[in-house]
This record gives sequence, structure tokens and C-alpha cells, in this order.
Amino acid sequence: MSDSAESPTETQKEDSQPPTDDSTTNEEKKKIDVLLKAVGDTPIMKTKKWAVDRGRTVQSLSQFISRFLKLDATEQLFIYVNQSFAPSPDQDVGILFDCFGSDGKLILHYCKSQAWG
Amino acid sequence: MADDKDVLRDVWFGRIPTCFTLNQDEVTEREAEPYYLLLPRVSYLTLVTDKVKKHFLKVMKAEDVEEMWFEYEGTPLKWHYPIGVLFDLHASNTVLPWSITVHFKNFPDRDLLHCPSSSIVEAHFMSSIKEADALKHKSQVVNDMQKKDHKQLWMGLQNDKFDQFWAMNRKLMEYSTEDGGFRYIPFRIYQTMSDRPFIQKLFRPVSPDGNVHTLGDLLKEMDPTALPNDGEPKRYQVVIHGIEPLLETPLQWLSEHLSHPDNFLHICIIPTPTD
Repeated sequence: MSDSAESPTETQKEDSQPPTDDSTTNEEKKKIDVLLKAVGDTPIMKTKKWAVDRGRTVQSLSQFISRFLKLDATEQLFIYVNQSFAPSPDQDVGILFDCFGSDGKLILHYCKSQAWG
Repeated sequence: MADDKDVLRDVWFGRIPTCFTLNQDEVTEREAEPYYLLLPRVSYLTLVTDKVKKHFLKVMKAEDVEEMWFEYEGTPLKWHYPIGVLFDLHASNTVLPWSITVHFKNFPDRDLLHCPSSSIVEAHFMSSIKEADALKHKSQVVNDMQKKDHKQLWMGLQNDKFDQFWAMNRKLMEYSTEDGGFRYIPFRIYQTMSDRPFIQKLFRPVSPDGNVHTLGDLLKEMDPTALPNDGEPKRYQVVIHGIEPLLETPLQWLSEHLSHPDNFLHICIIPTPTD
């Protein structure tokens, strides 16, 4: 599968780097900017901002984060949009970006326990 | 002229006669009879098939049984889509009863989410409602509800209690008259010919110059190939709850009346049958 978490395709971005302002709209871009924020006692990621393929699923992103944080296979990871709902694991991040992104990026919170409902 | 409230009832009580057959590769101790059930369109497969499971387990050894999953003509059926959406998308224009194959091994991890218990369905359902309300009211209505209110929505669906569900759900359908509708319409457009799961974007019920957006307006922007061209035969059917609503129908009305209990308007684009 192209979106396999075994071979992450994220490219690291500097936090201070302003969003690239080229002529293509986000609509046409294949990658979107995702900002990952830890909740509660979940470890933070040193790199918070990632460029992620629009067609990548929430599940695949979640597996990537788990691996990055070296979580046990038994540990669950919950992902939240808008600090309110957990998107379906097979949902494309591109759709979440289109509907819930702001200022050119999608903010996702991740947590080892259920944080919101 | 039917009252609009009757539409909610008709949608809620929509049923699909279904015949469940055990996959022939499953190991059984004696022959497994098919099992017939009327499936509620607005519910989820894993929520309403306890009897199906029980029926087939009678002829199987416990060690041959893994997680149950369903398939229709080679397509694994996603339990987290409403049953009516699965039927409209994969089995419209076929003969009833809907013939679903039941499997107890070789779970297709690439196609389906696991569903070990009904609490997984509940979490998925409540998340969908919250996502929809984020689009409709910036999450204000769902956040103002109490835990017991959320439970009422879920219990209403789980126990097929129309009045219980709608006593709470009507709050999620409110909007101020000056806005003329929700902030955005929560919709998902499914296409059989696409490899992407569905289309979901921001779309307002009213245009900036105050015109009411219709189903046709939505499709024109999201999936123009679904619309018929003048003078050409119709290539696609636009199906919601098994019917083809007029393309002139206001989207806000559809969202209030033809949404599933998860508060999303699920729209299926399927090829027009050729015969």
C-alpha cells in the first residue's frame, strides 16, 4: 500500500519556517501541512509540523506517530480533530484538511487515552 | 400532502430484506441454513446481526470462529457505513432479498475496520455526530449537551427508538432563521467508480448572494460528471435512502430530513442500470 507507515513519506519542517506561498492552492497540492500536538501525559514529538500526503489515512498517520514515539504495540493512540471528535481510521487526512484545516494547516491532537468523548 | 415529520419516520423505519448465507469455505459440522432478517437502513451491520452470528455459530466449532465480517459479491462490507448506504452503493437495482455472505475467517484488514464490540460502533457513531455538528454549528450544540444526552442519541439508535432519538436529535437540527440554515452541510458523496472512499468538503446551504443551494448545486461543484447532460441519456443515479430526490431539492431540507442518524447526508452516485 502506498500509504504504508513502514516507509513514512513525511518531510520534516522547521517550526519557524513560514508556510510556502506559491501560486498553487492547497486544493491542488498533493501534500498538506499537519501540526501534531500531544495531550496530557502523551510524549511530545520534537518535530510537530509534517507534510503529509492528502490520501494518507488517519490510521496510517496514527501508526507512524506510535512508531515515532516508540509506543508499545499494546498502547492505543487516539487522534482528535478540533479537540472534539476522533475521525474514522480510514478517513483521508486531505478531507479533514479541507473541512477542518485553518491557516493552511490541519491541527491534530494525539493522546494515549481517550481525551474527548 | 405528507407532513415533513412523516419523512423522518419513513427514513428511520426503512428496512432492507436480507438473506445471510455462510461462506461455503467455512468449516461446519452440519449444513448451515440461510438466515433472513429485515435490516434497518439507518443502523450498522455489526449492531444488528447478533442473531445472524448466533445462528451460524450453532453449526460451527468454536476454534473455527474468528471475527465475523460480511461480503456482497466479492466486496467486503464496511460496517462503519450505514446499512442503507452499503445497499444503495453496491446492490441498488438488484433482486431482493439482498444476499450477504457471512465470513468467520480471513478478516480483510486492508478493507475493513475491526469491530470487536458494540462500544466501537458507539464511539464511531458519536464521533460522526460530533464531526457533523462541528460543520453545522461549530460544535456548539453537541458540546452543550450532557453525557446523558449523547447516550440518549446512541440508545435511540441501538434500540430502534425513533421518539427517544429525535427528542434529542432535533436540537442538532436547529438553526437561526437569519442564517437560513446550517453553517455547512455535513455530506458525503460515494461513487462506485472511485478508489477514494468519498467526497466531503465545505458547502453552505445558501450562496453568498442569498440563493438557496440545491442538491444539483452541490453535485455541480463536487462531482459534475454525476449530472445528466442535456439531450443525453442519464448515466448516473443520485440516490439517498434508496430514492432519487429531485436535483432542485434544497440542500438544507435534505440535510434536516434525509440525513442518517449520524447527522451526515450520505449521497450515492451509481451507474444507471442498462436494461
